[in-house]
Amino acid sequence: MMLLWLLLVPFIGGLLCWPIERFGTGLVRWVALGTMFTVFALAVDLWFTGNYSLTLLSDDNTSSRWTEQFSVPWIPRLGIAFSLGLDGLSLLLVALTGLLGAVAVACSWREISRKVGFFHLNLMWNLGGVIGVFLATDLFLFFVFWEVMLVPMFFLIALWGHNIPSGRKRIYAATKFFIFTQASGLVMLVAILALVFVHTHATGVLTFSYSALLHTPMSGRTEFWIMLGFFIAFAVKLPVVPVHSWLPDAHSQAPTAGSVVLAGVLLKTAAYGLLRILLPLFPQASAAFAPVAMWLGVLGIVYGAICAFGQNDIKRLVAYTSISHMGFILVGVYAGTEEALQGVIIQMLAHGVAAGALFILCGELYERLHTRDLRAMGGLWARFSILPPIALFFVVASLGLPGLGNFLGEFLILLGAFKTHPGLTAVATGGLILSAVYSLSLLQRTFHGKPRDETPLQDLNRREIATLATLMAVLIGLGLYPQPIFDVSRASMQALQTLYGPAVAETSAHLVAGRTP
Amino acid sequence: MILQEWLALSPILIVSVTVIVLMLAIAVKRHHEWAETIAVAGLILALLPLFLHFWLPGILTLPLPQTVTPLLGIDNYAGFYMGMILIAALATATLLYAYMKGYQGHREAIYVLLLLSTLGGLVLVASHHFASFFLGLELLSVPMYGMAAYLVKERRSLEAGMKYLVLSAVASAFIVFGMALVYSQTGTLVFSEIGASAANIIDGERSVMILGGAMLLIGIGFKLALAPFHLWTPDVYEGAPAPVTSYLATASKIAVFALLLRYFVEARAYQYATLVDVLSVLAILSIVIGNVLALQQDNLKRLLAYSSIAHFGYLLVALIASGPLAIEAVGVYLLTYVVTTLAAFGVITLMSSPYKEHDAETLFDYRGLFWKRPSLAAILTVALLSLAGIPLTAGFIGKFYVLGAGVDKRLWVLLAAVVLGSAVGLYYYLRAMVQLYLRPRWVAPFSAPLNWAHGAGGGMLILLMLAILMLGIYPAPFITLVQGAGLMTVVR
Repeated sequence: MMLLWLLLVPFIGGLLCWPIERFGTGLVRWVALGTMFTVFALAVDLWFTGNYSLTLLSDDNTSSRWTEQFSVPWIPRLGIAFSLGLDGLSLLLVALTGLLGAVAVACSWREISRKVGFFHLNLMWNLGGVIGVFLATDLFLFFVFWEVMLVPMFFLIALWGHNIPSGRKRIYAATKFFIFTQASGLVMLVAILALVFVHTHATGVLTFSYSALLHTPMSGRTEFWIMLGFFIAFAVKLPVVPVHSWLPDAHSQAPTAGSVVLAGVLLKTAAYGLLRILLPLFPQASAAFAPVAMWLGVLGIVYGAICAFGQNDIKRLVAYTSISHMGFILVGVYAGTEEALQGVIIQMLAHGVAAGALFILCGELYERLHTRDLRAMGGLWARFSILPPIALFFVVASLGLPGLGNFLGEFLILLGAFKTHPGLTAVATGGLILSAVYSLSLLQRTFHGKPRDETPLQDLNRREIATLATLMAVLIGLGLYPQPIFDVSRASMQALQTLYGPAVAETSAHLVAGRTP
Repeated sequence: MILQEWLALSPILIVSVTVIVLMLAIAVKRHHEWAETIAVAGLILALLPLFLHFWLPGILTLPLPQTVTPLLGIDNYAGFYMGMILIAALATATLLYAYMKGYQGHREAIYVLLLLSTLGGLVLVASHHFASFFLGLELLSVPMYGMAAYLVKERRSLEAGMKYLVLSAVASAFIVFGMALVYSQTGTLVFSEIGASAANIIDGERSVMILGGAMLLIGIGFKLALAPFHLWTPDVYEGAPAPVTSYLATASKIAVFALLLRYFVEARAYQYATLVDVLSVLAILSIVIGNVLALQQDNLKRLLAYSSIAHFGYLLVALIASGPLAIEAVGVYLLTYVVTTLAAFGVITLMSSPYKEHDAETLFDYRGLFWKRPSLAAILTVALLSLAGIPLTAGFIGKFYVLGAGVDKRLWVLLAAVVLGSAVGLYYYLRAMVQLYLRPRWVAPFSAPLNWAHGAGGGMLILLMLAILMLGIYPAPFITLVQGAGLMTVVR
């Protein structure tokens, strides 16, 4: 039942936001904030009460797989159930969603003044869809939530986004985002159906249940094609480089809250999909595909970093850094070693927080300067007192300063990947240098140099400081004491490793055997 | 006729009686409200036995399947599609009332035409025989010429009526000729016997049979507006009054498609690989042409016309897949398509009135509707999302079934067409949808009356939206219903 509430709270909260707008916009904001805090509190409660040390993976006893679960039949004719399940991995991401959701509400406090009720309705429903993705244990349900989160995001960008002069329109960006993700989602739907029918032909049982489909017997070729269908959907959402072009557009037009949610949690649904669905369901095919995927990841790291360096729009710059950071996640996921997977978890959380904070800072700069063009900034350090040091903190966090979460994530990923793919990891490590380059250039161009104007700008208010301070605390916590995260997610990651690890070993053994006949 | 047959025929009989009653009533006194009430009451009465049969079999179970004369065979399949046609007609009747209120000429006769056309649809879905097939088809189409051209003083309405008349008549001619050719080779007009005797024709002498089949297919392609026989669709959709368009897009197409599927199964048309290949080409063409031509439309009615071409392309994929799952898929898809299309055209109807030069049809007429009539805009949003096939709306369940049927039979090329077509389709659905939420730029000349929800049309619209959401969120009971209405229950 707890899981059902976790899912329902944002949807109900969102529904409430719309009609109560007539009592004042302040009330709407407080209700939305309360909703997200409730989600976060529920997640924290589950964290302390649940037992996340279960050894998950066992062929016979699937019922003990999830720490919490909930299931009712939905469309029995097709073997579809409304089933939710929670383990350490989902818990962490749900908690992240709750936290960033509250942050997103807080950061749109002043920015959004039109149609406030409808805005929060969309925001809450979007986050509800994301939570659904993290909890669904039925592939049909997973797909439903995968799509449900798109429509509100479309509205967030299309209705409250920015129309930057001489840039693309916000409706263009929203439509592009929607078409990219929806079209790739349909490919995933075909893959889901193919998987289900293969399973039905093999066992005679028509079901969309994740745990039932886990050990579907299929030929190598079938497995590969079905895996590819899923990979396309996740690759677009992550995004992986050849299919990334929606992300900078969406980010640059989206309102701040939209960007925070997009970078903070929406991209994580793809990483979650890789960890939860792709590797466990198709271990052999994934292992065979791993070199391609990892090189794509490296390409993303380098390409994202180079593109980021060339941007003049501050939000586009941060968007490209996201592409670069997501490349690390792709490398880590497919490396599949214990360190790499733990690194992926930390990286997901840390990137969500850091990128969210950077987008908030972009939004705050935009509110004060009415431009996002880096060429029009410079010398801002002198005109603020609190904002620049905070920005410094998040920029260096994002470039991977030891002691903060992002460093730990990237370090673990590289450490884990080096064991299996040393050459590739060496190239990926070069990405760290590039990230230092664009980060420092960002700082230099915004805050240093000669100020254009001497008049001081309005500094951060208490709400903004509180928001950012929370995120700073989380990043420091992740960097200095990540043990609780490891504890919660260990069982999930070990389960993944027992499935995927042997496949990797087998594939590389084949490769070695093939090379040295 | 024995009582059993009367009972099985009851929907057809009730609609026939209603037509006569309505004509008499109009002869006594022309009264718009009465005419509408009689039509609606007749349709509800006709729906009642079917409703009880499917949902409350404890109270009344029709003795199905039942063969009534060689022409008509009523089974669960026919009953299900009859119900769907009746619902579409019912929705059209209520929408017509809201629409025609402002019309200056005689308003009553359109209900007679509507009922006659509905009768044709009912006959069509129950036919197992070329004679009843043709009878039903003509009865379905001929009144529609009148309905499309009903606003006789308007050029565009007349033009739509004329276009539909000419092209539909040509299509009917093709169908009759095709029937004759098939008859000349098989010596029978009954679907199931055609399949049996066609199998006996030796390979060298098939050419006349193939020609006959091709002519039938062309005729049906015209009626369903499949590419490349789709040219009339956008013009007729645009010119006809909005409620008539909604009828044209739903009831007439359901009836023809249901018949096509029945013919395919009973006359064992699946055995001809060539035919299946031709259908595949038609499906792909319809998906591509429908979606691509819809992209740049600024006229909502034309946009929906092109989108309906694409939707019937998707539906053909299910037909091609064949098998029990495919028949179920067709049923589910048509059901979702009908409620969605009716809702979309319903909103257009309530926004329009024959007072004006033309209906509220350009996308600009809808700009900012959400800030003036939020519920109406919400209904149109749900309808557009459903047409686009987004989860939690009916359209998704339909698309899911079509994809499922395709994957089951490994029709990868067709599936790729469906996926790409849907992706393209998103663009124009979103383009139309986002208009509703933008800030209105000027005072729109069109707007639904403030109390739109109070009339029968408004109530029907709200019901349709609930049906879309219900089908999308909890489709299990509907799926059970469609399953019970499979063609496999045919006794012949």
